Amino acid sequence: MALAFHRQATKRHDPMNPRNSNTLLIVMIVYALYTLVPLVWLLFSSTKTQAGLFSSFGLWFSDDFAFFDNLVATFSYRDGIFLRWLGNTLLYVVVGAGGATLLATMAGYGLAKYRFPGRRAVFAVVLGAVAVPGTALAVPTFLLFSELGLTNTPWAVIIPSLISPFGLYLIWVFATESVPTELLEAARIDGAGEFRTFFTISMRLLAPGIVTVALFTVVATWNNYFLPLIMLSDPDWYPLTVGLNQWSNQAIGAGSQPIYNLVIMGSLLTIIPIVIAFLLLQRFWQSGLTAGSVKQ
Amino acid sequence: MKHIPSTATRRALTALAAGTVAAIALAGCSAGADDGGSESAGDGSFDSIEAALETGGEITYWSWTPSAEAQVAAFEEAYPNVKVNLVNAGTNNEEYTKLQNAIKAGSGAPDVVQVEYYAFPQFALTDAFVDLSQYGFGDFEDDYTASTWNSVTDGDAIYGLPQDSGPMALFYNKTVFDAAGVAVPTTWDEYYEAAKAIHAADPNAYITNDIGDAGFATSMIWQAGGQPFTTSGTDVTLDLQDDGSKKWADNWNRLVEEDLLAPYGSWSDEWFRGLGDGSLATLVIGAWMPGNLISGAPDGSGDWRVAPMPTYDGTAATAENGGGGQAVTKQSENPELAAGFLWWLNNSEESISTFLESGGFPSTTAELSSEEFLSDAPEYFGGQKINEVLAAAADDVVEGWNYLPYQVYANSIFGDTVGQSYQNGTDLNEGLTAWQDALVEYGDSQGFSVNK
Amino acid sequence: MTTDFTATLGRSGIRRREKRDWRGWAFVGPFMVVFALVFLTPLAYAMYLSFFQEKLIGGTAFVGLDNYVRALTDPQFWEAFGRVLIFLVIQVPIMLVLALGAALALDSARLRGASFFRILIFLPYAVPAVVAVLMWGYIYGDQFGLTANFNDLLGFEALTPFAKEWMLVSIGNIVTWEFVGYNMLIFYSSLKTIPTDMYEAASLDGAGAWRTIFSIKIPSVRGALVIASIFSIIGSFQLFNEPNILRPLAPNVITTYFTPNMYAYNLSFAGQQFNYAATIAIIMGIITAVIAYVVQLRGSKTEVR
Repeated sequence: MALAFHRQATKRHDPMNPRNSNTLLIVMIVYALYTLVPLVWLLFSSTKTQAGLFSSFGLWFSDDFAFFDNLVATFSYRDGIFLRWLGNTLLYVVVGAGGATLLATMAGYGLAKYRFPGRRAVFAVVLGAVAVPGTALAVPTFLLFSELGLTNTPWAVIIPSLISPFGLYLIWVFATESVPTELLEAARIDGAGEFRTFFTISMRLLAPGIVTVALFTVVATWNNYFLPLIMLSDPDWYPLTVGLNQWSNQAIGAGSQPIYNLVIMGSLLTIIPIVIAFLLLQRFWQSGLTAGSVKQ
Repeated sequence: MKHIPSTATRRALTALAAGTVAAIALAGCSAGADDGGSESAGDGSFDSIEAALETGGEITYWSWTPSAEAQVAAFEEAYPNVKVNLVNAGTNNEEYTKLQNAIKAGSGAPDVVQVEYYAFPQFALTDAFVDLSQYGFGDFEDDYTASTWNSVTDGDAIYGLPQDSGPMALFYNKTVFDAAGVAVPTTWDEYYEAAKAIHAADPNAYITNDIGDAGFATSMIWQAGGQPFTTSGTDVTLDLQDDGSKKWADNWNRLVEEDLLAPYGSWSDEWFRGLGDGSLATLVIGAWMPGNLISGAPDGSGDWRVAPMPTYDGTAATAENGGGGQAVTKQSENPELAAGFLWWLNNSEESISTFLESGGFPSTTAELSSEEFLSDAPEYFGGQKINEVLAAAADDVVEGWNYLPYQVYANSIFGDTVGQSYQNGTDLNEGLTAWQDALVEYGDSQGFSVNK
Repeated sequence: MTTDFTATLGRSGIRRREKRDWRGWAFVGPFMVVFALVFLTPLAYAMYLSFFQEKLIGGTAFVGLDNYVRALTDPQFWEAFGRVLIFLVIQVPIMLVLALGAALALDSARLRGASFFRILIFLPYAVPAVVAVLMWGYIYGDQFGLTANFNDLLGFEALTPFAKEWMLVSIGNIVTWEFVGYNMLIFYSSLKTIPTDMYEAASLDGAGAWRTIFSIKIPSVRGALVIASIFSIIGSFQLFNEPNILRPLAPNVITTYFTPNMYAYNLSFAGQQFNYAATIAIIMGIITAVIAYVVQLRGSKTEVR
């Protein structure tokens, strides 16, 4: 049946296999340029020396090509603290973002598919807490963690990053729309436990949503700055953002040692892993959901 | 995934060290070092410090100075029983925030911490620092310049030792002045004339930059003889319209209102550029600037010179701008050891010379008058013996200045108040009044009796 | 269908319906436990703090609602609030429209190199704040930066990003640049969950591209649209990073109370006024939560399912 329809459809203008639009391409290119200009500056700047940064045009090279010098210098400065910061950030991201995605997915799924007592309260409480500006909560959080002896440890960075309210809502919406309750009922009839159903069936259906949440939490934990700045006083535990900030501030004050070129190279290096993560995760965005098991 | 918090490890080690010190001191000879708690009753003698240094232990030192690493290494060589954890916890405000948080939380503060002069009163007031007079630190008074010693003390209490100082001077780009045919100004009136001439000769050049800087403004008021902040216990008197304040404001108004100041802040990209390419003709700033010029504006090498700070009436007068010292925190579990490190850091030949090598400007009278120091003739300054001018500046610092017990906060709202005058090109006196009003309100709300 | 199943469940089905269903807590529990630690406890502490006042001299005292009265009559707080309200009303719609447009374009399958554009548009979100300040400092720099070059080219001061009148626009530009990709991704992944058989059905009915967009795609992303709106609103009310980043470049235009979140931050960290900062934050939280809730209600009122 479907095949006959498909053949008939291709004769006319077919939304399933449209022609490429040039207008669209042009519009997107314009927007892409807008996106790129600051990043292009970053790229060119990473090839310049400290002095070159101040004497050349931002969107082109300077007289010296110092890209590889900067690269080496960034990794070797102060006994390779940059590498340590990189390692810290990876730790925070893998544990933090991984944990956040798991917690948000489970919770969003639970909110969407189960009618349990307190369900509405969860929604209201999470939204209410998130609505409060975080800067004023920073000191109470610090004091709390200090009582628990967690300040200046990786836990002070990881634990707060396990909460992604946005991820919670996103999965909730996705689960409501994409995981049919009939499917779950079918699984229950078959005798599967709730968690088994969740891990084997539901998660696959939620894949695009989970990938999106994973990507957001990865970026959020990778770029986490404010709370780590407050929680950590020992640079050995700094994530890259706080470390780069420290390098940036080295330019200020008596006896300063400006190292803008390292800050810029460091910044470039900080963005690259996100790009990689994005490229890896985007394979999981599949076109549409065949949801064959629910087709009537 | 078990993780032993480093805080706990550190605490355990310092407790162990303190315990060892106590045991040895009690069992052995000299002065009454007790169990390492912060309320130790020192007998005004330095002996307990020496004993602590010999016994050793572990301490944490927060500093952002570039020379800290070298100094710590040298210290550990001289005193092999002591381990110093050097931590760069951020530059000024960032570090102060962490320090304040740690003090509030009751733990997490280092043993020795770097603090700028303007922040000393605030921490001293909140009882965060150990009074070093109990260890005989009063003996070191003559080692330092009067103004720096004054900045770390309050009456008989000694809250730290000065590390560097920043007597102000006029740093000027000789090439720019020669090109514009302007003489180096010695008074503020001449400075104003020079500002007009230089900007007229090249619209991209300015005499200096200023978009409002609390440290700069307070130092300038200081030089003009103002004493806007006086504290006595918890009584605070605020008068940002006293003679000195008005003098500076009226003087500086001409530059602000006539757009003669470069519209960017210090330490910005534009600032470094301007120093290198001649669009900034002068800097009226602390004596620690040479190191920054050399490392941050290499293009300007050979162009810059140093002259005494312009004055209002021709009599030599300067003020301190920036600079700081170190203190021992009350949270330290081994205050004698911490005090010992502090003493070595800011009072021993070896440490001070390491500090100077990294481009710091000393606060010790010995260095300021030493032959070697005074004969230094950096290439960047065309071979001029800049330290002669700068050391003289240290002697001319106007006496009697005080910072507020909440200066860190005061400086943070400078932009909101005085900054608006800069922004709108209007009378700085109005801005100063607005600043004063806000500070009075804050002081009252914090329990001080202000202007009563 | 469902009723047939539950009927066949018989006795166990009835028992299940009578018993309260706590299964959901197994899923929501872990999140809520960490949430309680990370959000609720500090929030409770902040609420507690808002009823006290700690002075540098004189210690802590209970002051009841004094802080709240002070906040409600504080001109700096309301100036800040007005500012983020204006910002929200203008910037959020622009950003969401751009994001939706981009998502639709990427999903349309009529775009060459869609995956390339996808990552390109997302990239700004990946840029950390410390880098953003360097980049935008350069672009907006009116002495040596791109703006200066542009003005020189035109011969007069056409652009003044740091001027008082333009500051909000400059910040809005940065926020839009940063977050279009973020929102685009949300809409895009939502579009990806639309079953392809819906498109088949539509093409059979003779629906063209635009009809498909308005009748199928946009309604299907309604949920994501509501969520994105809510969080953009919350984000606007909590505007902090971008003005804080630009502050050193324009310290007189961006005051310490430029946005409510900055005000709370400076009260806390510069002024040591934790109690008042907590009060400001709670008031902002209440206002934000109310508005977000209203948006959520209106958004889900006409939900398709």
